[in-house]
Amino acid sequence: MNQKTADKLATVVFWAAGVFILGILAVILGYILYRGMRYLTPAFVFGRSRAVRAGGGIGLQIFDTFYLLVLTMLFTIPLGVGAAVYLAEYARPGRLLEIIRISTETLASVPSIVAGLFGLLVFVNLTGWGYSLLGGALVLTVLNLPVMVRVSEDALRAIPPALREASLGLGATQWQTVWHVVLPAALPGIATGAIIAAGRVLGEAAALLYTAGQSVGALDFTNFNLLSPRCPFNPFRPGETLAVHIWKVNSEGRLPDLTKVADGTAAALLLIVLLFNLVVRALIKRQQYRHEGLR
Amino acid sequence: MKNSAKRWGALGERWLLLSAVVLVIITVAIILFIAQRGLATFFVHKVSPLEFFFSTLWRPDRTAAEGGPRLGIASFIVGSVLVTGLAVLMAAPLSILTAFFIVEIAPGIGRRLIQPAVEILAGIPSVVYGWVGLSLLVPFLRSRFGGTGFSVLAGALVLSVMITPTIVSVACEAIRSFPREGKEAALALGSTRWQTLRWVVFPAVLPGLITAVILGMARAFGEALAVQMVIGNTHTLPRSLLDQTITLTSGITLDMGYTIMGTAWNSALWTMALVLLLMSLAFILISRAVTRRGVLK
Repeated sequence: MNQKTADKLATVVFWAAGVFILGILAVILGYILYRGMRYLTPAFVFGRSRAVRAGGGIGLQIFDTFYLLVLTMLFTIPLGVGAAVYLAEYARPGRLLEIIRISTETLASVPSIVAGLFGLLVFVNLTGWGYSLLGGALVLTVLNLPVMVRVSEDALRAIPPALREASLGLGATQWQTVWHVVLPAALPGIATGAIIAAGRVLGEAAALLYTAGQSVGALDFTNFNLLSPRCPFNPFRPGETLAVHIWKVNSEGRLPDLTKVADGTAAALLLIVLLFNLVVRALIKRQQYRHEGLR
Repeated sequence: MKNSAKRWGALGERWLLLSAVVLVIITVAIILFIAQRGLATFFVHKVSPLEFFFSTLWRPDRTAAEGGPRLGIASFIVGSVLVTGLAVLMAAPLSILTAFFIVEIAPGIGRRLIQPAVEILAGIPSVVYGWVGLSLLVPFLRSRFGGTGFSVLAGALVLSVMITPTIVSVACEAIRSFPREGKEAALALGSTRWQTLRWVVFPAVLPGLITAVILGMARAFGEALAVQMVIGNTHTLPRSLLDQTITLTSGITLDMGYTIMGTAWNSALWTMALVLLLMSLAFILISRAVTRRGVLK
């Protein structure tokens, strides 16, 4: 075959692959949104779910999803940033650093269902909490830490060394340099990492089935006794996120309006995830803009 | 004043070290806890490893009067390997072509359109993929090929879409790392773009592409719910792509909820989790070895 023809043919194949990916995305988004959007009425979005009767909503599942997200980030951010600062600013090449690196890499490869089982052993059985939002949040922290550490470490390493040298040269201690100079400068990057990690909480289900549980309970939004099982903010109560809800209604298969509930929940979850994605992109763009402005 | 600054510093530095150590402790704890539970199948319930891994006879609820439970997980392993292998076979070529398209063929459209599309695909929750598989793909396969529609093929198709973003983004990084001078030299010698990509860029970035595929494979092997929703979950070896079967992850998901801790049945599920964990460790080790060889070359 003529080399020019081969070149043209290859170009066509590459284009076809790109267009095909776009097509897959269009089919999935179009399908979920087309099927689910019509169910996203106020009654469904804010209503309570039902176990066996039709007409339930997903209000509490939406609440649980975001509450779990907040709880998870309460653990993920301090631990993730702490480890990242240690790796980027303090650790010297040696055995400890090697061990921490291998651990992070190993942790990143743990399948979410296996992390969930670990949570079942430690945060459900060993602690005696039973299924709880706190247990779910801790398992999600385990899953999120590698991402949080990696993105924060990248952000810290992107800070020019001259900034540190200036601070140290003025007589600041290493901790003062980290806390007052390096961390504030790396904050936008760390925030982006935190939002990427948070986004993963939204879609995770396998790790939560046997840790946070698969039910929301009868929550009462006027109850502020943090230890009451009816208090929405009680971290020791079981909870069910949107992602788990989709799986549960399907695996139980007891709802007469199962298709409607699953379609509506999938559309709601997808919209939330897409919104998160837009925020992340906007943040990254702003950061790049600032970077280029500095140059 | 100076003392308090010192105290805060000491406290802060302790936080940093503690966070790093927690990371190590969690990793070690996961391995130890899962291994301890998983090995009980062999050491407490005295199931022979040979039977466990190579028998397809899965009768975990058989009473002692009938001869006791039979725990052979071969069908789970075959299911996992088959679905993962098929998914990678479908996703890898498409993903690598797409990565070349984004980086080399149409950087403008690639960055503005295809890459965001890939990122959105990566962000779609796995249960949503499962639901699309269950409500769109399974009925389609049923009407097209007969049977139930729940099948190895359905699982592999859903997984292939799910791992495409992983492979594309890692492959993009690998292709981007190829120096421009190399391409320019090839083009200056009169090569067409295809010849340059095929004979200069591709061989050089191959280790990176293999790493990308391995990471995708690891993700497919560990994925639980999306597969469980479309694969049918029967404890039999599939005879064709349209047969139902079960995977390690979907077996764990289904049974963990209603088996009692300490029983042989429950113990077998933990052993399956241990297999998953060891497999994902193996994937990481292989990808590290591939990357290292690539660097040495």
